Amino acid sequence: MVVEAATVRFMQGSEAVAEGAMAAGLRFYAGYPITPSTEIAEILSRRLPRVGGVFIQMEDEIGSLAAVIGASIAGLKAATATSGPGFSLMQENLGFAVAAEIPCVLVNVQRAGPSTGQPTAPAQGDVMQARWGTHGDHPIVVLTASTVRECFDQTVRSFNLSERYRTPVILLLDEVVAHMRERTVIPAPEDIYVLERPQPAVPPEWYFPYEETDADVPPLASFGEGYRYHVTGLFHDRAGYPTLRQDEINPWFERLFRKIELNVDEIVQTQGEMLEDARTVIVAYGSTARAARQAMKEARAKGRRVGLLKLLTLWPFPEEQIERATRTARRFLVPEMNRGQVRLEVERVVKGRADVVGVHRYDGTVITPTQILQALEAH
Amino acid sequence: MTMQTLPPIHEYLRSHKKFPHVWCAGCGAGNVLGSIIRAVGHLGLDRDEVAMVSGIGCSGRMPVYADFNTLHTTHGRALAFATGIKLAKPNMQVLVVMGDGDALAIGGNHFIHAARRNVDLTAIVVNNGIYGLTGGQVSPTTPMGAYATTATYGQIERPFDIAKIADAAGASFVARGTVYHILELEKLIEQAIVKRGFSVVEVISQCHTAYGRLNMMPTAVEMLKWQRDNTISVAAVAAGKSAEGKITRGVLVDRELPEFTDVYFNQVVARAQELTGRAER
Amino acid sequence: MNDRYEVRLAGVGGQGLQLAGLILAEAAAIFANKNAVQSQSYGAEARGGPSVSEVILGEGDIDYPKVSEPDLLLVLSQDAADRYVPGVRKDGLIIADAQHVERLHSERRVLRLPITETAKEATGRPVASIVALGVIAVVTGIIPRDAIRQAVLSRAPKGTEEMNTKALEAGFALGESALASAGKK
Repeated sequence: MVVEAATVRFMQGSEAVAEGAMAAGLRFYAGYPITPSTEIAEILSRRLPRVGGVFIQMEDEIGSLAAVIGASIAGLKAATATSGPGFSLMQENLGFAVAAEIPCVLVNVQRAGPSTGQPTAPAQGDVMQARWGTHGDHPIVVLTASTVRECFDQTVRSFNLSERYRTPVILLLDEVVAHMRERTVIPAPEDIYVLERPQPAVPPEWYFPYEETDADVPPLASFGEGYRYHVTGLFHDRAGYPTLRQDEINPWFERLFRKIELNVDEIVQTQGEMLEDARTVIVAYGSTARAARQAMKEARAKGRRVGLLKLLTLWPFPEEQIERATRTARRFLVPEMNRGQVRLEVERVVKGRADVVGVHRYDGTVITPTQILQALEAH
Repeated sequence: MTMQTLPPIHEYLRSHKKFPHVWCAGCGAGNVLGSIIRAVGHLGLDRDEVAMVSGIGCSGRMPVYADFNTLHTTHGRALAFATGIKLAKPNMQVLVVMGDGDALAIGGNHFIHAARRNVDLTAIVVNNGIYGLTGGQVSPTTPMGAYATTATYGQIERPFDIAKIADAAGASFVARGTVYHILELEKLIEQAIVKRGFSVVEVISQCHTAYGRLNMMPTAVEMLKWQRDNTISVAAVAAGKSAEGKITRGVLVDRELPEFTDVYFNQVVARAQELTGRAER
Repeated sequence: MNDRYEVRLAGVGGQGLQLAGLILAEAAAIFANKNAVQSQSYGAEARGGPSVSEVILGEGDIDYPKVSEPDLLLVLSQDAADRYVPGVRKDGLIIADAQHVERLHSERRVLRLPITETAKEATGRPVASIVALGVIAVVTGIIPRDAIRQAVLSRAPKGTEEMNTKALEAGFALGESALASAGKK
C-alpha cells in the first residue's frame, strides 16, 4: 500500500505503531506473542514482507531482542514489541544495546502485573523498570503516547532518536492506548521526518566505532560494508575491544550519559495545557492523560485553576517542565495506574515546594475522570 | 586477498592488535580459532563478508582476535543475534562460536530453535564439559561422576549429546571433532561453512585448568591424549572397527533441507508482494 | 464534553456486536466527519460472558476513552440486560431485543423491539446487530443514515453486502415505526 497524501483512518493504537514503524523505515521485526501487544506483530508480519523486510517470530523475548540487535548491527532499522513478562526477559539484551550503542526500538504495551498479573488489563507499572530494569548504571530514552496519532508519531520519533543517539528507545504504551480505536489523521510520507542512520565518513582503517566525537555519537558502520570492527558488552575502548583501563572506561561511560543528558531539549517532550495560572497541575501520561484532560476541563468549567502537563517523554524525566510548573502550582496531582512511580519523580523535582498527591490504581482498571476530580476536591 | 605473502592465519587475525590472548596455555580455544581461520582461509572467504558471533565464556573471547565483523554477545544468545545478522545480510557467512554451557544450558532454547528454523549459520560448539571462565562448575556436558567446583561429590546428572540434539532438532549438518585431531577438525569446519543450512560442529576440547585438575588430567597433554584414546572416526567404524565406549568423530548428519533465508526471501516475500499487487492496486 | 455520547452494545458472542461497534464508530469518524473512539472491552470471561462493544461519539476531542454512563444501551441478551441496564444515564435510552430480553425494569426510556425477528424476516439470517444499527440511527439521530450505509458496505465481508444492506434498511424501518408508535402514546 502506497499512501501519498495524509489519510484519515479509524485505527487502533497498535496499528498506528505498526504503520509508524513502517513509515520510519522499519525493515526487521523479531518478536514473541504476548497479550496485549500481539497485534503489532501480526500487522508487521503482513506488512514487512511486502517491502522485502524481515518478520520473524522467535523462540522467546530474549531471542527477539537479540535478533533485533543483530539485524541493526547489520544495517536494518529494527524493532520488537512486547508486554510485561516479555519486557522482563528483554532487560538482558536491552543493556547490551545500551552498552554497545546499537539503535533499536522496543515497544512495551504495559499490562497489569507483577508476574502474569492480568494480561488483558491496563497498567502503567513498568515506568521504573523501563528506567532501571537492565542491570548497571545506564542512560535510557523512554517515550509514551496517549492518542492513536501519538502512537504513530512517537513510534517514528523512537526510531529517529534511536538512530541519532545510537541507543535503544523504549516506547511505553498501555493496553488502553494500544487497543483503542479513534479517528486518526496519518500524515503524508513527505511530511514525516525520518532520520537515516549516519554513516562513517572515514575509510575503514580510520574508523573507530566508539570514538569521541563532537556530538558524542560516533557513526555506526553496518556489518558487511567493509568496516570490520568488534562489538562487545564488555567495557570497551574506542575500537570496541575489551579494556580494563580506567582512562578508557571512564571517558566512554561519561560519553554514554552525555549524549543523552546534553540533548534533553530534543529528547524530552511534554504538552502543557492551561498551565499559565494553574494552582493545581495534573501530571499524566499514556491513557491516564485522557482521563486527566477531561477532569481538567470539568474542573476549569467550575472555575478551578487546574492545568495539565502531559508527558510524552518519561525518561530522561522532564525535570525542567516540572520545575517551570512549580512557579504557579501549589499542588501536583499525579494519576497513574501504579502505586506512584512518576509521582516519586515529581516529588524529587518539586523538593517540597508544592504538595504532590497521587491518584493510583493498580488493579487492572483505568483511572476515571471522576476519580481525578474527587482527588482535586479532596485536597 | 591483499597480503599474499603472509599465511592466512595472519591475514584473518587481528595479529597486531589483540595478542597475547586471554586463554590459559594449553587451552583448546586457540586451536579451534586456528582451525576456523584456516578453514576460512582455505575457502578464500572475503573478511568483509564474514561475521563471527559469540556468547559468554572462554569461547566468547574468540571473535575479538579474528579480523571479521565480530560480535561478542550475551550469555547463550549468540545464535539469536546471529539470526538477526544473517536475515539482514543474507550474503554474509555467519560463524557462531559457543561453549557447551553457553549453547546448551542458558542458550539451549536458541540452539534447538536455530536448528529447527535451519537458518544458514555455522555453529561451532567448543565442548570442554565445564564452565571454565567462572572457575570450573558443572556444565550440561560434564560426564556423570566427574568432579567440578559445584559437584564436589561427583556429577549426578546425565550429560547432553550435543550432536544428537542438533540432529533431532533438525540441523542440516552435524559433525564432531576434537582438538587433538586438528587437521580433521579444520576440514569439518570447512564443510560446515560450505553447507547451506544450520550446521553444527561439536569440538571436544580441553580445559585442564578447571576440569582436568579435578579429574586426574592436570595437564593439557593428558587431556589431548584422552581425546586420542576415547574417540573413533566414523570412517573407522564404517570399516568395521568397534565404537564400543568411544565417541564418534566426523560428519554425523549431512542432509538437504529448506534453508530459512531462501524460503523467506524467495517464497514469503514473493507471495506477500504478489498478493499485495492483486489486493491493493 | 456536552456533545459526548456514549454507546454500549451488549449481548452474547456471535451476535456481531464487535463489528457493529466498529461500523457505528467508523460511520461517525470516516463517513460523518464526527469524532469517535472505540475501546476494547473484554468480558469477565474470554468466552461465554457477555460480549460488549463500546463507542463514544462526539463533535470535538474525546478525552476519556471508556464508557462511564452510557447515553444509549443496546441489549440483545437477558444476561446483558441484567448486567448493564442499571448503569445507563438518567436521561439515557435502552433499546432491547424483544425476543432475547424478557425481563427489563428501568426508570429510563426503554424501546423493546423485535430486532432479531426483523433480521430473520428481512434476510433469513439472524444479523440482529446490523438491524440494531439501523434502529439506533433513526431513533437517536446520532448518525446520518447515509454514513452508516457507507460504513456497513465498507466493512461487510465480500458477498454479504446485499444481505447487510437489507438488514440495515429493515432496521431503519423498524426504527421509524418505533418512533411513530412512541409519538402516538
